[in-house]
Amino acid sequence: MTQQNIATPEHIEYVLRMGDNALILGQRLSEWCGHAPVLEEDMALANTALDLIGQARLLLTHAGKLEGQGRDEDQLAFLRVERDYRNVTLTELPNEDFGRTVVRNFLFAAFQVLLYQRLATSSDAELAAIAAKSLKEARYHLSHAGEWVIRLGDGTELSHARAQAALDYLWPYTAEFFAANPADDAVAAAGIGPAWASLEPEWEALVVPVLNEATLTVPARTPFRTYGKFGRHSEHMGHLLATMQYMQRTYPGAQW
Amino acid sequence: MERKEWPLWEVFVRSKNGLDHKHCGSVHAPDARLALQVARDVYTRRQEGVSIWVVRASDIVASDPDAKPELFDPAEDKIYRHPTFYTLPDEVNHM
Repeated sequence: MTQQNIATPEHIEYVLRMGDNALILGQRLSEWCGHAPVLEEDMALANTALDLIGQARLLLTHAGKLEGQGRDEDQLAFLRVERDYRNVTLTELPNEDFGRTVVRNFLFAAFQVLLYQRLATSSDAELAAIAAKSLKEARYHLSHAGEWVIRLGDGTELSHARAQAALDYLWPYTAEFFAANPADDAVAAAGIGPAWASLEPEWEALVVPVLNEATLTVPARTPFRTYGKFGRHSEHMGHLLATMQYMQRTYPGAQW
Repeated sequence: MERKEWPLWEVFVRSKNGLDHKHCGSVHAPDARLALQVARDVYTRRQEGVSIWVVRASDIVASDPDAKPELFDPAEDKIYRHPTFYTLPDEVNHM
């Protein structure tokens, strides 16, 4: 495969970042399994988690091929150190309550939908195919989480307060999606994918009307920045990785 | 805070185009849109369907189980209502 020879470090990093976003949020959401408020939502959250982990498998497998060092999805998912993960900090934050969980899913799915849409024309054919498959899943996640954001925000006094608190907490972390990144410029120039910064206006146009309908107040942007996509993670990441990597590190290469 | 139970919705899934929707279970959901979504998540995650109906369980009018004898027993001895007494010409296959 010629792709293997021409993949730049920026290209690899771009795919890895997408894979890590899906992996880490999938891992977080799977914590809900058996704990959601009702059976129906337990299934919905587990389905979302499994969709994300499925996307992570495809993306990490692809990143491993681009890298050409012989690392497969499992090695990339379970055997890297914290600094090597490229997910945005938003995805690693604890779930907290159901309100924060669905608000995060909503903000993240909106971003994924836009990114996957744009990747349909990627010069990386494999990435375009993964994006086309994943777009359907992301659209459902956006729709389902959006329905919940509206119902919680425009619900009872308590659900509104919790949804607003969740939005206030999470909103500053979404700035990281759109922070300028030299790798993105190279990737955009090569026609592989959009610079994430360029998606901000569309993303706001997608999320703000739903937040308005939910009677939630959209927080103002602040200088607060996180740097997960550069490998500098929050204090929550180490705990998440310890849980996620435990089995593979204890029993390397274990098979079910 | 008052704790309200969500209404129950009966779920009907059509497994293929051209087939009927079949009742497959029920879900709790606050309203119709979410009922459809959770029905999708609970009942079609293994490619079981191409279409879903949800109906509020309280909107279904059901026959009274105690009325079974008068509703259904009288049909027992009327086998002539089955179209099995006609001799079919040989040319008619697969009736």
